[in-house]
Amino acid sequence: MFYRLSGIHHTRYESASQLWPIPADRWQVYALLALALAAPLLVSDLYLTSYLLPWLIMTSAALSLTLLMGIAGQLHFGFAAVMAIGAYTSIHLVRFGLPFELALLGAGLMAALIGGVFGAAALRVKGLYLVMATLAMQYLVDWIIVNVPAISGGAQATLQTPRTTFLFLPLHKDEVRYYVALLWVVLVTLLILNIKRTSFGRALVAVRDKDFAAAVIGINIVRYKLMAFFTSSFLGGVTGAVLAYCFYQAVTPEQFSFNVSIQIVAMVLVGGLGSVLGAYLGAAFVLLVPIVLTNAVAYLAGLGLLSASTNLLAHIPLMVYGGLIIGFLLFEPLGLAKIYDNLRKYFLVWPFRHARS
Amino acid sequence: MAYFLELLVNGALTGLMYSLVALGIVLIYKSSGVPNLAQGAMVMLGAYAVWLMASWDVPIYLAVVLGAILMFAFGLLAERLLLRKMVGQPIIMIVMLTLGLEIFLRGFAPGFLGAAPKQIDLGLGLAPIILGDVFINRAYLVGGVIALLLIAASLLFFRTHIGTKLRAVSDDHVSSWSVGISVERAIGISWGLAGLTAVAAGVLWGSVQGVDWTLSALLFPAVAVVILGGLDSILGVFLAGLIVGILGSVVPGYLDQLAGGGTRDVVTSLIILLTIMFRPHGMFGREDIERV
Repeated sequence: MFYRLSGIHHTRYESASQLWPIPADRWQVYALLALALAAPLLVSDLYLTSYLLPWLIMTSAALSLTLLMGIAGQLHFGFAAVMAIGAYTSIHLVRFGLPFELALLGAGLMAALIGGVFGAAALRVKGLYLVMATLAMQYLVDWIIVNVPAISGGAQATLQTPRTTFLFLPLHKDEVRYYVALLWVVLVTLLILNIKRTSFGRALVAVRDKDFAAAVIGINIVRYKLMAFFTSSFLGGVTGAVLAYCFYQAVTPEQFSFNVSIQIVAMVLVGGLGSVLGAYLGAAFVLLVPIVLTNAVAYLAGLGLLSASTNLLAHIPLMVYGGLIIGFLLFEPLGLAKIYDNLRKYFLVWPFRHARS
Repeated sequence: MAYFLELLVNGALTGLMYSLVALGIVLIYKSSGVPNLAQGAMVMLGAYAVWLMASWDVPIYLAVVLGAILMFAFGLLAERLLLRKMVGQPIIMIVMLTLGLEIFLRGFAPGFLGAAPKQIDLGLGLAPIILGDVFINRAYLVGGVIALLLIAASLLFFRTHIGTKLRAVSDDHVSSWSVGISVERAIGISWGLAGLTAVAAGVLWGSVQGVDWTLSALLFPAVAVVILGGLDSILGVFLAGLIVGILGSVVPGYLDQLAGGGTRDVVTSLIILLTIMFRPHGMFGREDIERV
């Protein structure tokens, strides 16, 4: 009904293989994009900078990771370290005098190079061992950043992002920061959507499903695994730089700690492995639900309906967040994207009941 | 020289206490192939449980026994309610599930029982034992001895009737089913035993560094121990614990002043990385042979 399929006949390959072949989907995307572009006019600055902005940036991070974990099947528990490399590289490059646009590129390249080293572990091991190896690398990168004063500016130091411009627009204005983040997330989204329908993406999927079998049908698994790590780390590095410049505006090593890595993995899993829409939904869910629930409990406690100590309130986000991960893995392993998909399939044939899918 | 000896002895003893945390991971991995990344939080939960009962004026040793029973039940429940539904799922799902449990417990225990560090007094006294020029931490000594005893006990346990069943299950689930062994129950028991070792580790570490969420950070050295020793080897846990403990004490003892601190985590990370790069199945672990 809402997604009317009758009368849609693709007569050319181009129209059948476009990103959103069903007009209803396409119009939804355009509408969302229009809303996103108009957001600075629609919502207050507080919402723009403290909810929308981190959501968009963490979505780009989750998208970069879903390319690696969902599409290429390589587990990565050190993604925050990759983002940290990007963030610190971009800051030092801009301080060195490079324009911000080039610094973003440099951040991506640096993160991709070091991220490729993470990938070297993937050539040797997979599954659980890859998790452990990337976890260990996260600790190593963190330690190097903290203990080399040339990078972090000394232990316990906060590094301010220098004032700079993006395409001649001043980057310290809220709207400009928002549009930079929006531009980046749109770019990453289009990239991942397109990777999924190219030979590169299909090769990655083959490697994910069974790498030996992929090798048998002629896919160079060394090359594709390294390319997956390289691409994903590049995107992660630029995302880290965008996160530093557009959201935090000052970086400390704790912003890229192991917990952040887990958070991004949780976004990917809660959203649905390998799903682009899932990255958006997962990031929103993981960022917002703990805040909403803490506020709700605080509100109920304020009304006197519930007694909650400040200590308990401080720990609710952790509990919610662990509970979310457990709950989704147990009850909807394919994540929020699957829930959306079920709804969409229902409305595809509504008011009838059977979908041909 | 005395400084080196002191680092060596205390490192070896801490290493044995790391083994105690790692023992739980090995017990579970051996029977079910599940890498239990929630073991750190289980150690913390065990310590909190014992502290809670001790604060109700239960004698400490009775509290430890009661805590052990509670954590055995917790292990059984975790297996029944969470892990059994994940059979056949990809490894990332199982890893994330145990990690989710770790995060949940890290919020749950400090949230309801208080985040400030708490004392568990085992009545050991604080004065170090002095052997020649070497100062040995009394709590570490007791912890090391108990860890040794428990590792020996678990080696012996695998010779008993139930232990034989567990070994069969660790070998092959389907063939165990076909000879009438309840695989589910065996895996449940291994989770319960992991809960028991978690209480032992929690009480010992809690008496050393206080009971709070930092106990769950023991997961990281414990992971290094199991990776180095082999995920399914109890003997490996013992030797790897010694190595991780000694390296984690001697290297920072000399390098921390030069590098500005925190070298212990670097040593631990390097142990994990190098083991995985050169011998992924660890010193004594069983090598997986993969077929298409």
